[in-house]
Amino acid sequence: MWTRLKRLYHKMGSPKWFYQISTLCSKWCMAVGSVLMLTGVVWGLAFAPADYLQGNSFRIIYVHVPASLLSQSAYIMMAVAGLVGLVWKMKMSFVVAKVIAPIGASLAILSLLTGAIWGKPTWGTWWVWDARLTSMLILLFLYFGVIAIYNAIENDEMANKAAALLAIVGSINIPVIKYSVEWWNTLHQPATITLSKKPTMAPEMFIPLVLTIFGFYCWFAVWVFARARNEVLLKERRTKWVRALVQARQHKSQIGGDA
Amino acid sequence: MFFDDLSSFLAMGGHGQYVWLSYGLAALIVAINFIGPALTRKKIIKDIERQLRREQT
Repeated sequence: MWTRLKRLYHKMGSPKWFYQISTLCSKWCMAVGSVLMLTGVVWGLAFAPADYLQGNSFRIIYVHVPASLLSQSAYIMMAVAGLVGLVWKMKMSFVVAKVIAPIGASLAILSLLTGAIWGKPTWGTWWVWDARLTSMLILLFLYFGVIAIYNAIENDEMANKAAALLAIVGSINIPVIKYSVEWWNTLHQPATITLSKKPTMAPEMFIPLVLTIFGFYCWFAVWVFARARNEVLLKERRTKWVRALVQARQHKSQIGGDA
Repeated sequence: MFFDDLSSFLAMGGHGQYVWLSYGLAALIVAINFIGPALTRKKIIKDIERQLRREQT
C-alpha cells in the first residue's frame, strides 16, 4: 500500500506523466464544460423568468456568481498548491500554483466588472467601498502580487517560494470575502447558494446557475492544464520525450501536407 | 421562452445594455483564457522545432 502511494506521488510529480494525463483530462473537461455552459447560458438568458424585484438585470448572476466563486476557489487552490510545493518540494505543484495566478486574476476582474454593471441598475451606483467589494478588490491585488513576484524574480526556486508564501498569507482574505456580507452592513446581497440550506431561488432560475458554475469550473481546469502543459514543455524542452513529441507532430503535419 | 420576440429579448426590459455588456465581458475573458495559452504553445513548439533543425545541420 505504502509503496503504491509513493509511486503515485512520484508519478504526480513527473512532468511527462502530468503532460499526458492532463491532455486527456482536458478533452473531457472541455466537452462537459461546454455543454454545461451552453445549456446554462441559454437557459439563464432566454428561458428563466425575470426577477420580481430586479427585472432582467438579475440575469447577470449567471456570469457574476461563477466568476466570483471561481476566483476565490482558484486562490485557495493556488495557496494549497504553493503549500504542497513548499512542504514536499513537488515541482509540478509550483507549476500549477504559478499558472493559476493569471487565470484567477482574470476571473476576479470579471467578477468586479460584472458586479459593477449589475450594481448600476440595482443599487444606483457602480461602486461602493463596502466590505464585500473592497475585499474582492484585495483578492485581485493579491493575484497581481503573485504575478509580479514571478515576473520580478529571475531565479525560479526563489520566485516559487516567495509566491507560495504570499499566496498562503493572503488566503486570510478568503473568509473575509465570504463573511463580509454577514459581518458588516453592505449593499451586497447575501449568498445566493449555501451548502446547508435549500436554495431561496426558484428552481428554473437556480438550475441554470448551477450549470454555469460547474461549466466554469470545467473550463477553468482546461485553462490550468493548457498553461501548465506550456510550462512543462518550456522546462523540459531539452529532454528526449519533448523532442520526440515535437518530431512526431512535425512528421504528422508533413504527411498531412502531402496528402 | 420567457420573451415574446427577439427585440424584447435584446431589450431585456430596459436592462439590455447591462446584461449584454456583462455577457460580452465574460465572453472576452473566456476567449482570452482559451486563446492565450494556445498561442504560447504554438510559439514554444516552433522554438523547439527550430532548435531541433539547428542541431540536425
